[in-house]
Amino acid sequence: MAKALPVRGSRQIKGGKPHTAKKGTMGRLLKLLFTANKKLMIIVFVCLTLTAVTGVSSSVFLNMLMTQLDLGIKNGMASVLKDLIVIFVSMGCIYGVNILCSFIYTRVMAVVTQRFLHQIRTGVFNKMQSLPIRYFDTHKTGDIMSSYTNDTDAIRQLVSQSIPHLYSSIISVTTLLVIMFTTSIWLSLVIFLGVVFMFLITKFVGGNSAKYFMRQQRSLGDEEGYIQEMIQGQKVIKVFCHEEESKNGFDVKNDNLCKDATSAHTFANILMPIMGNIGNILYVLLAFTGGLLVALNVQNLTITGFDPLTTETGVFSLLLTTIAFLPISKQFTGQISQSSQQVNSIVLGLAGASRLFELLDEEPEADDGYVTLVRCNIDEKGTITETEERTGHWAWKHPHKAEGTITYTELKGDIQMFDVDFGYVPEKIVLHNITLYANPGQKIAFVGATGAGKTTITNLINRFYDIADGKIRYDGININKIKKADLRRSLGIVLQDTNLFTGTVMENIRYGRLSATDEECIEAAKLAYAHDFISRLPDGYNTMLTSDGANLSQGQRQLLSIARAAVKDAPVMILDEATSSIDTRTEALVQKGTDRLMEGRTVFVIAHRLSTVQNSNVIMVLAQGNIIERGSHQELIAKQGQYYQLYTGAFELE
Amino acid sequence: MSKQKVKNPTGFIPVIKTLSKSIREYKKPSLLAPLFVAMEVVMECLIPFIMTVLLGAINYIAGADDTPSNLVVTIVNFLNPDGNYNMLNTILWFGLVLLGLAFLSLCFGALSGRFCAVASSGFAKNLRKDLFYKIQSFSFSNIDKFSTASLVTRLTTDVTNVEMSYMMIIRTAVRSPFMLIFSMVMAFTINSTMALIFLCTTPILATGLILIMRKAIPFFTRIFHKYDAMNESVEENIRGMRVVKSYVREDFEKEKFGKASENVKNDFTKAEKLIALNTPLMNFCVYAGLIAMYVLGSIIIINSGGDILDFTQLQSFMTYSFQMLMSLMMLSMIMVMIIMSTACAKRISEVLNEESSITSPENAVTFVKDGSIEFTDVNFKYSQKASKYALSDIDLVINSGETVGIIGSTGSSKTTLVQLIPRLYDTTDGEVKVAGVNVKDYDLDTLRNSVAMVLQKNVLFSGTIKENLRWGNKEATDEEIIEACKLAQADEFIQNFPEKYDHYIEQGGVNVSGGQKQRLCIARALLKKPKILILDDSTSAVDTKTDALIRKAFKDYIPDTTKIIIAQRIASVQDADKIIIMDGGTITAMGTHDELLKNNQVYQELYYSQNKVGDNNG
Repeated sequence: MAKALPVRGSRQIKGGKPHTAKKGTMGRLLKLLFTANKKLMIIVFVCLTLTAVTGVSSSVFLNMLMTQLDLGIKNGMASVLKDLIVIFVSMGCIYGVNILCSFIYTRVMAVVTQRFLHQIRTGVFNKMQSLPIRYFDTHKTGDIMSSYTNDTDAIRQLVSQSIPHLYSSIISVTTLLVIMFTTSIWLSLVIFLGVVFMFLITKFVGGNSAKYFMRQQRSLGDEEGYIQEMIQGQKVIKVFCHEEESKNGFDVKNDNLCKDATSAHTFANILMPIMGNIGNILYVLLAFTGGLLVALNVQNLTITGFDPLTTETGVFSLLLTTIAFLPISKQFTGQISQSSQQVNSIVLGLAGASRLFELLDEEPEADDGYVTLVRCNIDEKGTITETEERTGHWAWKHPHKAEGTITYTELKGDIQMFDVDFGYVPEKIVLHNITLYANPGQKIAFVGATGAGKTTITNLINRFYDIADGKIRYDGININKIKKADLRRSLGIVLQDTNLFTGTVMENIRYGRLSATDEECIEAAKLAYAHDFISRLPDGYNTMLTSDGANLSQGQRQLLSIARAAVKDAPVMILDEATSSIDTRTEALVQKGTDRLMEGRTVFVIAHRLSTVQNSNVIMVLAQGNIIERGSHQELIAKQGQYYQLYTGAFELE
Repeated sequence: MSKQKVKNPTGFIPVIKTLSKSIREYKKPSLLAPLFVAMEVVMECLIPFIMTVLLGAINYIAGADDTPSNLVVTIVNFLNPDGNYNMLNTILWFGLVLLGLAFLSLCFGALSGRFCAVASSGFAKNLRKDLFYKIQSFSFSNIDKFSTASLVTRLTTDVTNVEMSYMMIIRTAVRSPFMLIFSMVMAFTINSTMALIFLCTTPILATGLILIMRKAIPFFTRIFHKYDAMNESVEENIRGMRVVKSYVREDFEKEKFGKASENVKNDFTKAEKLIALNTPLMNFCVYAGLIAMYVLGSIIIINSGGDILDFTQLQSFMTYSFQMLMSLMMLSMIMVMIIMSTACAKRISEVLNEESSITSPENAVTFVKDGSIEFTDVNFKYSQKASKYALSDIDLVINSGETVGIIGSTGSSKTTLVQLIPRLYDTTDGEVKVAGVNVKDYDLDTLRNSVAMVLQKNVLFSGTIKENLRWGNKEATDEEIIEACKLAQADEFIQNFPEKYDHYIEQGGVNVSGGQKQRLCIARALLKKPKILILDDSTSAVDTKTDALIRKAFKDYIPDTTKIIIAQRIASVQDADKIIIMDGGTITAMGTHDELLKNNQVYQELYYSQNKVGDNNG
């Protein structure tokens, strides 16, 4: 049971615990992205590279164009016409490549992103199906859900926007750097200084922004938790005229959230103007430096050494260089300031990815079982042979590795426990020395106070949890040797929380056995005394149920979940408070049905209502994890012990 | 019940009107943000213009340009009045002006950013507040209309989306058109012939974008529904994990989810591919415009010998063209966001426009004289559309101080009946009177403070036991609290908690047992000192002996209070003054235990099903 386990408290509903990404998250994410879509990713990156490089080449053209235009002014159009045409045509080609590449990569990226998200979602979902119940008992539903909502959204942003953007910025910036250094080293150095400054600013402002975004997430989670609690209890609030108090509590949380959101958005919003204007200031500085260099008559220096073009008049060349340099610098700083905008989504995306990876790295439910359940034929002599046909008989197939033989044991539903000890956490043992025998055809009941360990025992039979000490045998086989799926297939369990699924009533009953026909489902519903109310529903068995059957009463939901278990037709049935919300009269009718169903089978019943357990073969009274009394109703009454006190009401059950 | 007017909640304008009421004290920042954005745009357009002039000046002074524009000559002459053109001096002056402008631009930008953050966060705060306050005013039937989950979504995700849109509206949606216009103006001042190019490329881009959006938006709206449905089914799976595992349905669930996810993926891919056309379209317009500009510019420059246009101007043209198309692009992107968030806005305004179906009347009665109750010809159905009445032909008189038991099978409308007493719902026909006054004439708080109801689906809130109990009466003293708990037989177990009355109850009351929770809820109701106390199956998890003790305490200590007890157990009601048996929304029998046991078959069956073995029932 969940209550015995510590729930991780700090992660709030939906918001998820804001935590910073672990190291290596980015690498792992990229690796995952690449391995799943190798070819497409190569196309994306090639196209991105080409788009980025061709995108920045305009500045080169401008440089060439200017030289030609200068000549053209001096010597007339005819002299430069050919060269101009060459320039324009090559511009056309390069831009054509750019448009084509951007067309390809954006489309491919849409495919890749969605495919990747699909892969992540199904990966997480499949992983989740393999996790032990312990995981769900120790994590809030809202937290697990945020893997599918918040975290996936954050990753989507990261993959579809930030990563391509960042990559293309890196390519653009590198290309521009090359162009700049081949144009002028002096001026490049000025840019360099500016860029360092921009990085520092990004780190400060962007860092603050990310910090407040995290804080905002936390306040949001906090507020959502409050909203959830209050709206769930809205009817109680009304009954107690408690609206004002509820509003006051809300206001405090709401104001907090507003404060954090304002800070987060302020930092995010001012980053762009700051970066943009540092770009402008750099522009001025460049012009000034260029002018200064000209005034001081410094020779231009490029990465290839002193500019060979300086031969004519050094001053003029440097000037042209400066003029050509200015738009490049503008592009350069523009690229950097745009990349700085990605800081938030990168931080949030990595945090999301890190949380997802955490879930993906959880240990799955271990299963070392090798005994499987097979259909079989049993002849008069009792020899069991395996078969594919539906014979109505089942057997445990038990391979013995050492001898290399296989034995078959008929599935009967005989369950024995010997000296079982168990604790959800090793330090706190909640069941002590449980020994019990349940023979096919018997009805075994557990009664006792909350926390006495009733549900825990059933959790051990279906191996939601594994015992610490002792032995549980199923038809004489140690249940640790049985494959979990086969073990659970042989158990029919009805829990107090009904958990119906979105779908029709029929689909919900069929959940018990997917191969069941409509007639079998209806038959099961009749057994569970659910047929009557189902027939009265607007669409009968085809009525859609949504959100855990919200349109049904708790009692009706319980009847449905009994029908679901009945259709499964398992040799062992566990009813954990399965009829707690059904009135005693209906319960008696349901019991008549299930008793017929369970003839010759083993039934475990847990209930706080004694009328539910009275007709059991054996009643076990549990207290603090020990069986303190056992026997039939009459025996226990005669004994005048704990059960008798319970029965006469001298002792509390819950 | 719901007689509220439906205020056409789907129209775009009414939705905006409803939402804009929540701006309130954030009107000032909401106006200042776009104002500063506009000023920032002016700066951003001025800066490249001045840069052009600066480049022209450098060229002119260096003697590289023989035919400078008049503006350049004027400025250079102004900066160097002695006629001795000093390059550094000129650059320095220009630099100072540019620095000043950049600084102003930074300030405007930062201020607009700040105001924008204040305005949007504040707007979101007010929206959440208005929503929450509205929900607090809801009646039970209002609450039934919206599911808990949908209300929570509206208060969280929907508000966040609207907040984002609002931020974009007051910033980007102002910035982009301004940018477009200013850039256009600047381009025309430089060279009107060349600026005509923009008049060609801009409509191409705009048309393309509009076409894409028109196709994409309905697509997205549909997908988001699917996406939500997928996530809801995941949540269902998580909650039902025990069932999934018990029935070994992991593979079944995986396959089901795989299909749903694949489906979502395919739809999203289609829609995103459509949106992906934005970038190449944008690039096409930019580059086609650029080449056209260069060709035209080259012809003009060469033919005029650089008189009309020079290449520094050509450069600033590039900047402007880029700014223009970029702003169009931004505009199209935020249009998507805004249109997508209109669905959220609609959902929010639905709640805000929902009128509480039950409110206190004017000149309300503010005193409840006694605990007598009278139902006359009451019919009730939960929604006007419902074909079946949940209650029909109820006539009932309960005297002040009486104890009344109600028994009936699941779905026989026992709860519905008692919910009419504190006016949690209004009757469809007929009237309910408390102390001789129609419940509709009472002030709601007065009525509900006199009629304490312990709900079937009861809730404790996170907080200490004491805090939870004070819901019944804010001013209750510690003695009063202990007194109430003793009556509800809760004092004993509370004393066993290490922190006693300061024991912390977790959300949903998960750390107390069902029986303890029920007794705490009863104590909480008792603290109201009500005239009428209604227990709706409130002792189902309490053992029979404690149950009996609670009833005895009621009898001994609050004899004047009318007590209505809905129960499954005959034992809980058998010594009531009156027992009502309900079935299918009607009262089928009424009488004392002995009477009913004698002549009511249902009652007899119930009694014997619960007392099969002997008569030693508590």
